[in-house]
Amino acid sequence: MEGDGGSKLENAMMEEYGDEPHVLAVDDNLIDRKLVERLLKNSSCKVTTAENGLRALEYLGLGDENKATLEDRVSKVNLIITDYCMPGMTGYELLKKIKESSILKEVPVVIMSSENIPTRINKCLEEGAQKFMLKPLKQSDVVELRCNLMKCRS
Amino acid sequence: MDLLSQLQRQLADFTASLYREGFVDDQFTQLQKLQDESSPEFVVEVVSLFFEDCEKLVNNMAKALEQQVVDFKQVDSHVHQLKGSSSSIGAARIKNVCIAFKTFCEAQNREGCLRCLQQVNHEHAQLKTNLQTLFTLERQIVANGGSIPAMQ
Repeated sequence: MEGDGGSKLENAMMEEYGDEPHVLAVDDNLIDRKLVERLLKNSSCKVTTAENGLRALEYLGLGDENKATLEDRVSKVNLIITDYCMPGMTGYELLKKIKESSILKEVPVVIMSSENIPTRINKCLEEGAQKFMLKPLKQSDVVELRCNLMKCRS
Repeated sequence: MDLLSQLQRQLADFTASLYREGFVDDQFTQLQKLQDESSPEFVVEVVSLFFEDCEKLVNNMAKALEQQVVDFKQVDSHVHQLKGSSSSIGAARIKNVCIAFKTFCEAQNREGCLRCLQQVNHEHAQLKTNLQTLFTLERQIVANGGSIPAMQ
């Protein structure tokens, strides 16, 4: 992630959301959802999970543009972490939808995958993903992630 | 040796054998590290979910392989799910069978797939028994005033 400790975005997020960032975790696999939830909670994050891209978009308020209310104008989440391989909408497609949204494009998106495919990784990074992480995730991966993205305090 | 020490020794030996024989790998250790006072049953919960999920996927694979015309893409997607879950909890042998299973799906080899399915069933049963033994030992240790030693 570019930007050092003085980044305006990070400071704004810290001020508004304090020490418990709200993360939306998207994965079609139940076990992986449980795991990522625990990993994030262990790193003092508030977690919401979604089992596919559509549900994730609905939660984020992008489900139906016409229904968007004033409240939906501000992102509820500080970070979105999504699996790449999902039926229906892939993590890459979800990433694109998020980056196309005026409300959500500033929210960092992390892509996870069990497969280490350089073209896949590059494609995601080029589309604006903050980071690509290889599954299975470990606690140390999430601690590092939290520090990088949320400007870890002590 | 008092009972508690005996139990702890048994657990250490049994655990070491599970790793040595490839039933579980480092990811299982990672899973255990995630358990703490705020989630004392985490490992048991996740492992139970895994076995339930595994059974469901195996049934789906079996049904798909029974069809006159097998939809190998369907089978492959189930195997992909199982490979992911088994990898995530450190169920190494099951994961390895899934890797072979995937190549048979890609080759559209029904016999190969059926053999892998049998292997998955076998490994599932073995792992279930092994982990039940592990969890029982852990419970006995806690019941006897001990705490579960950190996994190496």
